[in-house]
Amino acid sequence: MNIHAGNMSAGVNNMQPPLLEVRDLTVEFATRRGTVQAVKQVDLTLAKGETLGIVGESGSGKSVTSYAVMRILDRAGRIAEGTISFGGVDIGAASESQVRALRGREMSMIFQNPRAALNPIRKVGKQIEDVLIEHVQAQPSDAKEKAIEVLKAVRIARPEERYHAYPFELSGGMCQRIVIALALACRPQLLIADEPTTGLDVTTQKAVMDLVVELTRERNMSTILITHDLGLASAYCDRVMVMEKGKVVETANAEAVFRAPQHAYTRKLMRATPRKGVTLRDLLPEDAAPVALTPAMPVEGAGTPLLVVENLVKEYPRQTPATGLAGAFGIKGAAADPFRAVDDISFSVAKGESLGLVGESGCGKSTTSMMLMRLLDPTSGRIVFKGEELSAIPAKRFAGSKWRSRIQLVFQDPTDSLNPRYTAARAIADPLLRLGSGLSGKALRAKVEELAGLVGLPVHLLDRFPHQLSGGQKARVGIARAIAPDPDLVILDEPTAALDVSVQAVVLNLLQDLKQRLGMSYIFVSHDLEVVRMLCDRVIVMRTGRIVEEGATEAIMAAPKAEYTRELLASIPHPPI
Amino acid sequence: MRGKAMSLAATDAAPKDSLFSHARHIVAENPVTGIAFGLFALFALAALIGPYVVPHDPLASNTSAALQPPSATYWFGTDQLGRDIFSRVVVASRLDMIIAVASVALVFVAGGFAGIASGYFGGWTDRIVGRVSDTIMAFPLFVLAMGIVAALGNTVTNIIIATAIINFPLYVRVARAEANIRREAGFVQAARLSGNSEMRILLGHIAPNILPIMMVQVSLTMGYAILNAAGLSFIGLGVRPPTPEWGIMVAEGASFIISGEWWIAFFPGVTLMLAVFCFNLLGDGLRDLVDPQRRT
Repeated sequence: MNIHAGNMSAGVNNMQPPLLEVRDLTVEFATRRGTVQAVKQVDLTLAKGETLGIVGESGSGKSVTSYAVMRILDRAGRIAEGTISFGGVDIGAASESQVRALRGREMSMIFQNPRAALNPIRKVGKQIEDVLIEHVQAQPSDAKEKAIEVLKAVRIARPEERYHAYPFELSGGMCQRIVIALALACRPQLLIADEPTTGLDVTTQKAVMDLVVELTRERNMSTILITHDLGLASAYCDRVMVMEKGKVVETANAEAVFRAPQHAYTRKLMRATPRKGVTLRDLLPEDAAPVALTPAMPVEGAGTPLLVVENLVKEYPRQTPATGLAGAFGIKGAAADPFRAVDDISFSVAKGESLGLVGESGCGKSTTSMMLMRLLDPTSGRIVFKGEELSAIPAKRFAGSKWRSRIQLVFQDPTDSLNPRYTAARAIADPLLRLGSGLSGKALRAKVEELAGLVGLPVHLLDRFPHQLSGGQKARVGIARAIAPDPDLVILDEPTAALDVSVQAVVLNLLQDLKQRLGMSYIFVSHDLEVVRMLCDRVIVMRTGRIVEEGATEAIMAAPKAEYTRELLASIPHPPI
Repeated sequence: MRGKAMSLAATDAAPKDSLFSHARHIVAENPVTGIAFGLFALFALAALIGPYVVPHDPLASNTSAALQPPSATYWFGTDQLGRDIFSRVVVASRLDMIIAVASVALVFVAGGFAGIASGYFGGWTDRIVGRVSDTIMAFPLFVLAMGIVAALGNTVTNIIIATAIINFPLYVRVARAEANIRREAGFVQAARLSGNSEMRILLGHIAPNILPIMMVQVSLTMGYAILNAAGLSFIGLGVRPPTPEWGIMVAEGASFIISGEWWIAFFPGVTLMLAVFCFNLLGDGLRDLVDPQRRT
């Protein structure tokens, strides 16, 4: 591996010494159970102007490696072995003040959550000024001018106006641009981007990544892109380094990694990445036991509509801000036109069907699913389920309704959706206890174990608390809980968004199997068209509360009619294969 | 392999056992918690068996042995009536503990519930609970406690009620803030989908998650409650003499400090300080003990 990496960098640039050279880096963390090696003997070389992608799943040590380079490991972590040399400076041995001088000026970082990286109560323009003045790039007299220039450089429209904006007034993509502006303000030589687009929409992701690449190329900067997304890494990086459990398993040209992956782990990761022309089964590892495809159970009355939604509207009141004294005293301004989060949509779901609901953040897909779940009352329109008008039952009273058990939800964030003080078994049993299954004691436990078996959760994990389970295990608990009352319709709210690709592959297959075995209908809410394509028969594309396009999934993916759908499809980063 | 071992430990071992080992771990991690737990055990022991083991009758006066300095017979000396201060300090711990525990238990339930309800439901519940606690906060708290006891009468029950009332806003605020954060959490939504009623979500899902933070509040106010009860007795509004109580003893001894009999006020005072100190330290340990995230 060492020799391999060395050759690569020599190939890229054989005249200058590399900008960053990491040798035998081992990082240890002191924990309650003794020391844990998060990064083991990692070698890394980065030439000037080069873009390196570090790809791996959670716990692979990809972020820790970059934190060690910046020397921002938290207190429990320390560099146990190895050397990091940045532009000739030995980072491991340098004094804190030396490293501080490098940070920001010579190397800087963009983080995953742009909102968290910005000071929420300071105008973004002022925050850029702070950095410029701190690093003597501007004087207080010309700081504003330069800050606006910086905003222009990251392609923010109307920079003079946005200079006065607070972070909460800007969208996620816009905030990330500000963070990039902050990181690049001092023209550093190295930019480390740690999952810079996770949590952003695909179209925004494309815009942000294009911007990063363009700016770094313009300035001949080196970039390390840390991501879990092989597609993203391959689309934007020169070289890709794949990490697993703290070790580098493969380093190669982006294309070579995809054309001829050397290591078994890389192959597994590649297989698990949703991409064009593959089925759900293709995502599972080659050596996985051949899954006997559950024969599709003939669903009774398949094709007849289970859920019919007619002219559904959700409006939120909007107020014009009151000015002057009235505003100071909290007197609200005149009512403006209400904001329509969901704007007159109609669709239906047949028995045994799975329908994809696709769109970017703010398109109204979550509001729609909350209304269908009857956690939220619609402003107008009808939700008819099995011939019964559910929208007539107020959301507040729906928990006590007999229809509650018929519609269930799998949440997006498996951690947030489990009560931290309930064991897995207790969490799965909750709907059984409350929705009148009449089970208790041994019978209840048996049912919980049966459900755990259905979702592939080992029985010995049932007595653990959520924080003792992995992300995939928590997702299984969430699924088991949703299917516990034997619902007819399950809404899946981005159930795999928080999971690693290999876990996502398994969970998606599990969902597909369960659907066939239990004859449920799915509404799959997602922003990821590739995932929707594999799981759904039909898809609805939403934008600003309206349905843009609707039809059979394959037809829409092959020949999208709406301009917006085409844009969405084009934004998905594809591996070069 | 390890997973299997863990599951065995979780299913076969009695929950008490695992709680004990967990407690041992926490004490080992933070020795101060150990000291606090040790002090607490000492006070609890004194409250439980103190009256049966003390060397002298705490109420028997003996004028021939009045104002004796600490000695082998009278460990903490004697007061102006010749009563043994050590016996009185030990016996007093029961009364002071009862007042502290009862008042804190009362306010924990009432204030905790009001706070969680106001954070979870918002709206009118929040407004009413909020204004009530604002009103209480508007008074100087000790003066309010004095007023309540003066109005209701000079009994232990009333001291307990007064102490609970002045602590009410503290519990409401903490519980309200914590419930408010969790109101829209995924697991609360999930509980709604599972058919839980609002009250069940409140008590079964939100309340247990707030418990660790409330535990810290409990131990802090416990110290404060002891101080408050002693303070009321000190100014003559609490427990009446000759009942042994730390506050009265300090009050009685105060006038003798000038003439050199320091031990009368000193020993009950130090005990009072140690008790408050012990409860304040206990807070962190209690939080760690009831927090499942720490139980790895």
